[in-house]
Amino acid sequence: MLREDVESATQRTLTRTTRLFGTLRLDGPLLAGLAAIALYGQFILFSSSGGDWESVLRGSIRLGLGAVLMLVLAQLRPGVLRRITPWLYLTGLVLLIIVDAIGYIGKGAQRWLDLGFVRFQPSEIMKIAVPMACAWLLRERPLPPDPRTSLLLAAVILVPTALTILQPDLGTGLLILMAGFIVMLLGGLALRYILLLAASGVAAATIGWFFLHDYQRQRVLTFLDPQADPLGAGYHIIQSTIAIGSGGLFGKGYLQGTQGQLDFLPERTTDFVFAVIGEELGLVGVMLLLGLYVFVTLRALFLASQMRDTFARLLSGSLAATFFVYVFINAGMVSGLLPVVGVPLPLVSYGGTSIVTLLAGFGILMSLYANRKLAA
Amino acid sequence: MSIRGRIKDFWIEQRLFEQRALATVFIVAALTLVLLGRLVWLQVLRHDEYTDLAQGNRVRIEPQPAPRGIIYDRNGAILAENKPAYQLELVPEEVPDLKATLQGLARIGLIDADDIDDLRRIVRSRRPFDSVPIRLFLNDEDMACFAVNRFDFPGVDIRTRLARSYPQGELAVHALGYVGSISESDLARIDREQYAGTSTIGKVGVEAAFEEQLRGRNGRREIMVNARGRSVEKAGGLEAQLAAIPGDPGTDLMLTLDFEVQRVAEDAVRDQRAAIVALDPNNGDIIALVSRPGFDPNMFARGLTRPEFRTLNENPDQPLFNRALRGTYPPGSTIKPVVALAGLTYGVVQPTEPHFCAGWFSLPGSSHRFRDWRPRGHGTIDLRTAIAQSCDTYFYDISNKIGVRRLHDFMAEFGLGKPTGIDIGGEKAGILPSPDWKKTVFKKKAEQVWFPGETVIFGIGQGYMTSTPLQLAHMTAVLATRGKNYRPRLVRAMRDPETQKVTVLAPRPLPKPEAGKPEDWERVIDGMLAVMQGGTASRAAAGAPYSIAGKTGTAQVFTVAQNARYNEAAIADRLRDHAWFVAFAPVEAPKIALAVIVENGRSGSGTAAPIARKVLDAYLLRKFPSPPAAGERAVAATAEATEE
Repeated sequence: MLREDVESATQRTLTRTTRLFGTLRLDGPLLAGLAAIALYGQFILFSSSGGDWESVLRGSIRLGLGAVLMLVLAQLRPGVLRRITPWLYLTGLVLLIIVDAIGYIGKGAQRWLDLGFVRFQPSEIMKIAVPMACAWLLRERPLPPDPRTSLLLAAVILVPTALTILQPDLGTGLLILMAGFIVMLLGGLALRYILLLAASGVAAATIGWFFLHDYQRQRVLTFLDPQADPLGAGYHIIQSTIAIGSGGLFGKGYLQGTQGQLDFLPERTTDFVFAVIGEELGLVGVMLLLGLYVFVTLRALFLASQMRDTFARLLSGSLAATFFVYVFINAGMVSGLLPVVGVPLPLVSYGGTSIVTLLAGFGILMSLYANRKLAA
Repeated sequence: MSIRGRIKDFWIEQRLFEQRALATVFIVAALTLVLLGRLVWLQVLRHDEYTDLAQGNRVRIEPQPAPRGIIYDRNGAILAENKPAYQLELVPEEVPDLKATLQGLARIGLIDADDIDDLRRIVRSRRPFDSVPIRLFLNDEDMACFAVNRFDFPGVDIRTRLARSYPQGELAVHALGYVGSISESDLARIDREQYAGTSTIGKVGVEAAFEEQLRGRNGRREIMVNARGRSVEKAGGLEAQLAAIPGDPGTDLMLTLDFEVQRVAEDAVRDQRAAIVALDPNNGDIIALVSRPGFDPNMFARGLTRPEFRTLNENPDQPLFNRALRGTYPPGSTIKPVVALAGLTYGVVQPTEPHFCAGWFSLPGSSHRFRDWRPRGHGTIDLRTAIAQSCDTYFYDISNKIGVRRLHDFMAEFGLGKPTGIDIGGEKAGILPSPDWKKTVFKKKAEQVWFPGETVIFGIGQGYMTSTPLQLAHMTAVLATRGKNYRPRLVRAMRDPETQKVTVLAPRPLPKPEAGKPEDWERVIDGMLAVMQGGTASRAAAGAPYSIAGKTGTAQVFTVAQNARYNEAAIADRLRDHAWFVAFAPVEAPKIALAVIVENGRSGSGTAAPIARKVLDAYLLRKFPSPPAAGERAVAATAEATEE
């Protein structure tokens, strides 16, 4: 009797929560996964910032802003996204060109556009606008895309990618490229085109080598042989692998990482925060985080597969897969598998605008899922 | 059908997407496995290696210099110790304005205004959190001055460290040696690890010879450092758990020197260029080792300025030169007792056999006259008088009869011509000439020939022969003890500073010279006794309550031409003869043997012997005249002037 009461009460709460999420057009499991990652991130930020509550507060505010944006975007009516897509893409492109031009005139790196009250990176918009544009172009066309469509898509992807890399911001450029490319993959691009693209990618990288900035070339060389310059460019990779490796199975304990706490690890609250987790919480802590990331990725992919509309499906699928690309590039770079490119660990790295963009993407994904039965 | 004509088939597209989504899942899984593989490689398989690397990052080993051993004289008076030295240090990052701070310190006189630029350069070359010494050796006045103004100088503070100090100043500096800054040539031969955290090393004398014992062993302390090398106690939740390995303080040394006798000896020399070595003939213990002028070893310990070093180095009196060990002078008549003993041993002379001295000696078939120091000669004399009057012709004759080879070998047994083996470094061997020696030294055949005349002057310690004061003191000690022979030494015992256990070093005997019968030794010693009683140095022995055996000597600096007369007044002070005196006492049971040389002192009896008498009195009678203070001396001089 009593147990039944409790069970039914639990049942009722769950039902009520589900209904609330339904009303708010949110997906419960996805939200839970994201919240778990964000909490984990704030927990580790407290340690990596050297016990600085102010950093945690700032990080939480940023997360809150992202969450609000996610909630707002999740409420979007069907069709709105599709209608604004070309305008968003073109606006982003114009802003990118303006930023590049300012950078060229000012003879220096330029990523920001200062609007007086806020500074923002047009390349961040492109992380979402490019997959949106690709999905938009494919929504009316039969799939798999024919060669002409593929070439058109390639142009839509490569122009903003090139503009971003020229800023120079290799990390964001790669993410834009991946986001667009994944749309093409999910759209059913034939295997032979994929191989062709991969080959031309290698060719482009070879040619691009000559256009890279010295520091970018240095990063690649450093990745190939970090010990060649242990105090210079190789320092980041060496110190982060030492941090991870010395963490062992269970880590040195929360707040007890010598590499992180004694400043041997550079960028330890931002791009290299993964190494702090590896050092203080060990393989177990890292696996827990990777598990959460994989869960969020798979849940998002599942949601995408439930959608009936091509635009919604392709965009959602791309957002989901790009999220994992973030994780892989960041973890790979910090553990010495990939060269150092400025890609943050999603929802965990402190600062930057990527948290807002990522959560906006998930807001869009939830909106699309809520409207899955209708044409987006 | 043409591609263009294709229409969208939603079911096919749905399936296509699902396939691709599934492929994406597999790719995600594969990439996750790659990441996991990498993490397992780093965190499990190579965990130990990375743990070592992380440990090496965070821990720095800081040397804790061991206190240097203390040096005592034979009665426990401190000759070298470690004293806290106060210095002004500055932590760059705590100083708001470096230039203004240094200018302020210069204004109150704590640093030299000329040094400001150099100091700024030094400070800038250091890490911002390292304390940089900007002024060494503050005296009480400086400290008071800083204490009053300290609030004007944030980031500047007084620090203490142990520095070598020689409380007796110049006293026995040539025996003791000194510590000085580690030079580049020192760095080439030392184990740098042992000197981490120290900036000084023993340079000469006991400080250098017993460097290893005095130095001790550095301790080590682990400190936790951050990436900028700053030492941290705590970082985040991290607390240092660090090891400290204590060092061993340096061994204390007990010298054979008697600093009171040493002081008497140095005071007796006054400002002459001179050397004295006094030792206990029964064990080789050096009682006093004087080389004047000297210098203050504290100057080296605290770091010599360039002008200070130039002044010392360019002083014509060569205060840095250790005359007692490195000064090689013709021994002159001081070796006559040994030559006499050689004559008796080889039977070329009888003690009572009369010898006529006409004031000159010639080799058979040669017209060359070897002159006596007394132009009219000594008349008819025996061995005793020959020693007492230091008759040259007597010894010309003996050495000619003994022959150069036998004389060389005999004298070598008294330690001449080779290092005595004293326990500090740097001593010279001098020259004990022989035909073989000539062959090794001269290149030209004509110059290698040993002339009979060279044998003749060998007998009075002239010609090629040179000796150090230490060698002559050692020779005298062997004579005094009738053949007991010990290696001279300065260090008598060592003490472990922790257990206070004293290890006394045994005297190190040398082979006894195979020379004469006991009565031959007594004949020679009787001659030396006669030197002090009516002989050349009788004035210096006047009133002594103990018996002294001695021998005067002069070493020619300036060679007098044949048929010319030595005109003392006409030659410059630096070309005058060196004055020698060797002695031991009491004759019956010798307790002390010594050699004194006064450079350009002219007369052994007039200059060197009185100095020796003061040393003998001090050691045997514990008679210590209070050293004349500078003021007192001036007063005495005025008094004399008024009397005249």
